[in-house]
Amino acid sequence: MDPELFRREKERWLEDTYGATPEEGGPFHTVSSEDVDPLYGPADTADLDYERDLGFPGEFPYTRGIRGNMYRGRNWTMRQFSGFGTARETNRRYHFLLERGQTGLSVAFDMPTIMGLDSDDPVSEGEVGRCGVAIDSVVDMQTLFDGIPLDRITTSMTTNAPASILLAFYLVTGERQGARFSDMGGTIQNDILKEYIAQKSWIFPPRPSMRIITDIMAFCSSEVPRWNTISISGYHIREAGSTAAQELAFTLADGMAYVQAGIDAGLDVDDFAPRLSFFFNSHIDFFEEIAKYRAARRIWARVMRERFGARKEESLLLRFHTQTAGCSLTAQQPENNIVRTAFEGMAAVLGGTQSLHTNSMDEVLALPTEKAVEIALRSQQVIAHETGVVNTIDPLAGSYFVEHMTDRLEEEALAYFDEIEAEGGVLEAIEKGYFQRRIADAAYRYQMEIERGDRVIVGVNRYVHEGESPEIELLKVDHAIEREQVDALERVRRERDQAKVGDAFQELKHRCECDDNLMPAILDCARAHATLGEIVGVVKDVFGEYRERPIY
Amino acid sequence: MEREARARRVLVAKPGLDGHDRGAKVVARALRDAGMEVIYLGLHQTPEQIVQAAVDEDVDVVGLSILSGAHMTIFPKVLDMLREKGAGDIHVVGGGIIPEEDMDELERQGVAKLFTPGTPTADIVRFIDSL
Repeated sequence: MDPELFRREKERWLEDTYGATPEEGGPFHTVSSEDVDPLYGPADTADLDYERDLGFPGEFPYTRGIRGNMYRGRNWTMRQFSGFGTARETNRRYHFLLERGQTGLSVAFDMPTIMGLDSDDPVSEGEVGRCGVAIDSVVDMQTLFDGIPLDRITTSMTTNAPASILLAFYLVTGERQGARFSDMGGTIQNDILKEYIAQKSWIFPPRPSMRIITDIMAFCSSEVPRWNTISISGYHIREAGSTAAQELAFTLADGMAYVQAGIDAGLDVDDFAPRLSFFFNSHIDFFEEIAKYRAARRIWARVMRERFGARKEESLLLRFHTQTAGCSLTAQQPENNIVRTAFEGMAAVLGGTQSLHTNSMDEVLALPTEKAVEIALRSQQVIAHETGVVNTIDPLAGSYFVEHMTDRLEEEALAYFDEIEAEGGVLEAIEKGYFQRRIADAAYRYQMEIERGDRVIVGVNRYVHEGESPEIELLKVDHAIEREQVDALERVRRERDQAKVGDAFQELKHRCECDDNLMPAILDCARAHATLGEIVGVVKDVFGEYRERPIY
Repeated sequence: MEREARARRVLVAKPGLDGHDRGAKVVARALRDAGMEVIYLGLHQTPEQIVQAAVDEDVDVVGLSILSGAHMTIFPKVLDMLREKGAGDIHVVGGGIIPEEDMDELERQGVAKLFTPGTPTADIVRFIDSL
């Protein structure tokens, strides 16, 4: 139907047919508070040019997917984020997951490790091993991967401010297993910009942090070519309360800032861009999420080619990991979270994700039990093998609604890019609190929608049984592990060659003060059994520490 | 009723090492919108810093958000230090990822109230008003 005719006919239909019975249950908007029309049609995709805007899977602009045969060639990697207690306990969980068909590993570190602190640091008290695994030195890393060949399995590590050091621990672990760096694959999150924006686990100020990142990119492109050096993450931006469009825009803006930093550091864009990957949230609004992933691929491909002049095809591909939305889960009636997660997982797959973590139903209460994490993994396997969504590529392409939503998200993202540019770029926008304020506003609006009853959350503000309390078994992390970890750390410090550690620190400090790549020095620190907190301390002495101005 | 003479002063802080400040910020804003005086300390606050600020700012209530699992260490420390400073009359409330049995134990130790995820901010406002 001609778009103009459709527009006229839609007016008539709204009046005569749709309007014949009253609406019930609105407002009809996405989880990002965007209004949704009752019906989409030819007028909403009138400007869509198949060749220009969609193309074929594996071909520019990759809207329909980055691989030619997508899941018919290979399923996404089922990668459950996992870690708790000591390296020994987490190693057991990894073997459990691998035996049940998980295809990659993803390490959750505890908060001291994330913040670059040793387990015996006074501020680590009470936090050791509680929401991830405690890693103090390469010795812990060796225990973590005991019996897991690092040249055969890929590992994603959620580490940012101290990413260079944990990568060094991992590489030295592989080295000691007999693996070659060139055969080791995996990902470090290493996305410090979103830490300042949303996740707030920083150590050093933004500018020296960007230098560390470009050092990692340069080192890995020659020495560890299969390593994904940054996983540019929207996940935490979304969890902090952003809308889908903000998640998309802020993440891609961060990505562009990293590319620019690499180019400014003298690297060839095609040498490092193929190793950049992304990490998105999959929230509960099914179609909005699918559209977000499609828009992300298209924007990135165009930006890389047109703005940064990338020539290699691999530089244009937005490869991404997805995690279902922790913030969509409810502490009330937690079993319902299985259902939410399954829908969110399916949206990620329909959006063409390369790997997926599905949350466990109990993660809103504690770290997941084995049973809960097994159900979460099984949900992915059901999506992959039973639902049929993998049979054809990008099955929602051409849907008036999904294409319209894809275009709309792209437009919104481009408008945000302009705003960020007007703020002076990503770093300045961070320093001015631009992102933080935008996200806090969106989070507050969302909460108020729930409280007004404009947004229904099952089991929270509707379908509530009075007096119910969740009766599911929760994982408990024994407080004794803190003592155990601290004892082990003291043993490492006692048994190492102190002179070697001192030399390694001196070299690292020297490199921090000049422009030489930090990675070889950090690797030597790791080999000498220097601890995470000690290495961070050396770097901090030169680079200083970041402090945020609290705004709400 | 004399207590009604001035607006409640509430210190909101995010102790512990994690950076999940969404909840703390939403609550801080809701309390402010309800007419309370809110002092938002921000992230990574140690119990020492929180207690010092609570005393210096002469607050009625301290609200802490903890999602890192360190609640059984941090809440008791804050309670003890407030008592040591002679400020045991300051009410401590909190929220975060806290299992029910830990909540019971912390409330037994003197935390006025812990709010689970999903609690409407209106309930938090009402509770603080009732203190």
